[in-house]
Amino acid sequence: MALQTEPFILNVGPQHPSTHGVFRMKVTLDGEVVVDVEPVIGYLHRGIEKMGENRTYTQIIPLTDRLDYLASLTNNLAYVLAVEKLAGIKIPERAEYLRIIMAESMRISSHLMAVGFFLNDLGAMMTPVLYMWREREKLLDLFEMVCGQRLTYNYMRIGGVSHDIPEEFLPAMKKFVTEMPGFLDEYDQLIASNEIVLVRTKGVGVLPKETAIDIGASGPVLRASGVKWDTRKADPYSIYDRFDFDIPIGAAGDNYDRYWVRMQEMRQSLRILEQAMAQLPKGEVIADVPQLLRPPVGEAYGHIEAPKGELGFYLVSDNSIAPYRFHIHPPTLINLTALKDMVVGWKIADLIVTFGSIDVVLGEIDR
Amino acid sequence: MTTALAGEQVAKKINEAYPSAVAVADKTAVIVNSDSLFQVAEFLKKAPEFDFNYLGDLTAVDYTDYFEVVYRLVSLEHNYSLVLKTRCYDRENPAVPSVTKLWRAADFMEREAYDLMGIIFMGHPNLKRLLLWEGFEGYPLRRDYL
Amino acid sequence: MEVEKYLALPNDIDIAEGKRIEQLIAASQRPIPDPDSWIDQEIQRNVLVTSVDYIVDWARSRSLFPLMFGLACCAFEMIGMATSRFDIARYGMDIFRWSPRQADVMIVAGTLTWKMAPALRKVYDQMAEPKWVIAMGQCTISGGPFRESYSVVPGINRIVPVDVYVPGCPPRPEALIYGITRLHQKIVKGSIKKP
Repeated sequence: MALQTEPFILNVGPQHPSTHGVFRMKVTLDGEVVVDVEPVIGYLHRGIEKMGENRTYTQIIPLTDRLDYLASLTNNLAYVLAVEKLAGIKIPERAEYLRIIMAESMRISSHLMAVGFFLNDLGAMMTPVLYMWREREKLLDLFEMVCGQRLTYNYMRIGGVSHDIPEEFLPAMKKFVTEMPGFLDEYDQLIASNEIVLVRTKGVGVLPKETAIDIGASGPVLRASGVKWDTRKADPYSIYDRFDFDIPIGAAGDNYDRYWVRMQEMRQSLRILEQAMAQLPKGEVIADVPQLLRPPVGEAYGHIEAPKGELGFYLVSDNSIAPYRFHIHPPTLINLTALKDMVVGWKIADLIVTFGSIDVVLGEIDR
Repeated sequence: MTTALAGEQVAKKINEAYPSAVAVADKTAVIVNSDSLFQVAEFLKKAPEFDFNYLGDLTAVDYTDYFEVVYRLVSLEHNYSLVLKTRCYDRENPAVPSVTKLWRAADFMEREAYDLMGIIFMGHPNLKRLLLWEGFEGYPLRRDYL
Repeated sequence: MEVEKYLALPNDIDIAEGKRIEQLIAASQRPIPDPDSWIDQEIQRNVLVTSVDYIVDWARSRSLFPLMFGLACCAFEMIGMATSRFDIARYGMDIFRWSPRQADVMIVAGTLTWKMAPALRKVYDQMAEPKWVIAMGQCTISGGPFRESYSVVPGINRIVPVDVYVPGCPPRPEALIYGITRLHQKIVKGSIKKP
């Protein structure tokens, strides 16, 4: 006689330890095997796009900080690039180099958090997070030296950066860059040969190449599936074409590949940091831009390679002090479209781990 | 470097295949009529010289006389990008065909445009509110909200 | 033009959630007064307290178990406070409980939106007495930079009564630790006694 079963809907609710923020999923389970997943978002929708229409171009910069709050400087950079494209402003050389230094250190900080919390989801309660946090605190000290803030920096301005770096910054940054590869090697040794991690992440949550392109994925999720596309190489913005770095590409598109791509990207960021610090010229840090900027009528789309993917800002201007339309293209919302493909047929524990490997930040999804 | 294709070139090719689709074509974008949007998008995706297999962005803008839906298409193979737009002049029930069958990336982006602007995408598999709760009155991102 | 046929039918769970949110908005038009404002001046002068009461309060204030209710950016400064550099384990609060039945103090960190508000009220109701609430960051005190938005609650004291407010955007971990020590002092003095 066959055992009679019935699927039931489980609510992995907005207040939950493993959902990386206020995210809710309605999971249909048959025993422990996932049959269907429906993400429900909007619990952090603050209306930033509407608020942007009532503020001047410079007043929007602190709002963009709060989008992906783990990588605030890259959000600022994407927005400022979009405005400069719209208004046709050219920025000084030293400002370009400072922007690259800040953006790449931001990438390291964000990937440290992503990897730490991914391992936290696997079950290693808080120990990897504390290791990663130790290195991140060093980076936060460096940011505090320059920007005065630990989390939401508001450092980029239209036409450059807001002020110059103090003298203690470069020696401290050089010390960090020389010590970091040793720490990454130690971390790799702890994780990459750990049998539990390998068994639970290799082959789990596979995202094939065609699906990744079809759903419009970007960032480490796209590169782990085997697609060689990085905005820093394909459509270089700022002065990325002067630096020499590689793009790590994964083979299988499973959870282990996404983790591996992030670890390799951190090493490449350290390479870029060394080169940028060696070539840093002297000069001004901000161009001469009027306080109430009135760009000409038109539209622009400024996009960068943020740590989570391709972040884009679409601005429409009608020659007044505030934009007519301010739209944000969030990479993590688009990456989330593939969640159902990746987890159907696996168990609920794998659902949590796969979701952690996409690395979402709810501030960006909900805006 | 991604080359942004000029609107007139692409409009010429589209006019060969679908004669009455293009409304306006200038240097930055191609504007098509909303009835033939799906056919033009399919042509742009399947034609070998374009091969736009990646949907970069989908958004909607409210110019008070009409709504405009903006698509940004990218070809990963040739490294091209193109801005495709369509206009919708109906203020009460604006409706535009959905492109979810061509690019699944449009799924959440169209739901968000429906949620915040009120534009209906015909043919979308699951068109309901995404960011606001069920029962919210109005469409916040329109220019005449509050 | 007939457009209803293109819209997806919302299922019962979503409709019920929407109704709950609309009811909560209608019921939260005024802020809830802070918990110690009920203590009348008369009563404070006329009642003496024994030393047993003092010891019970002292024991209650040490080793409070916090409930992690991190919503947005402030959550990362709260986690930063729990890591080894700022270390609240020395106050006995190192285990962040995620279940409200096991927690004493709820630290709300981040912007609260109307869609999330019923969940906050439900979690607060599930906590056992005695319980306290710390509002961390500008968004919980008054709505913060997002006050003018259509979907943000202007201050969590519309939904739950708050004991300590910690300002900042985001507040440094040291500021939050100061807020927690003020909460300890408030709990110790919380008996009906003239301070």
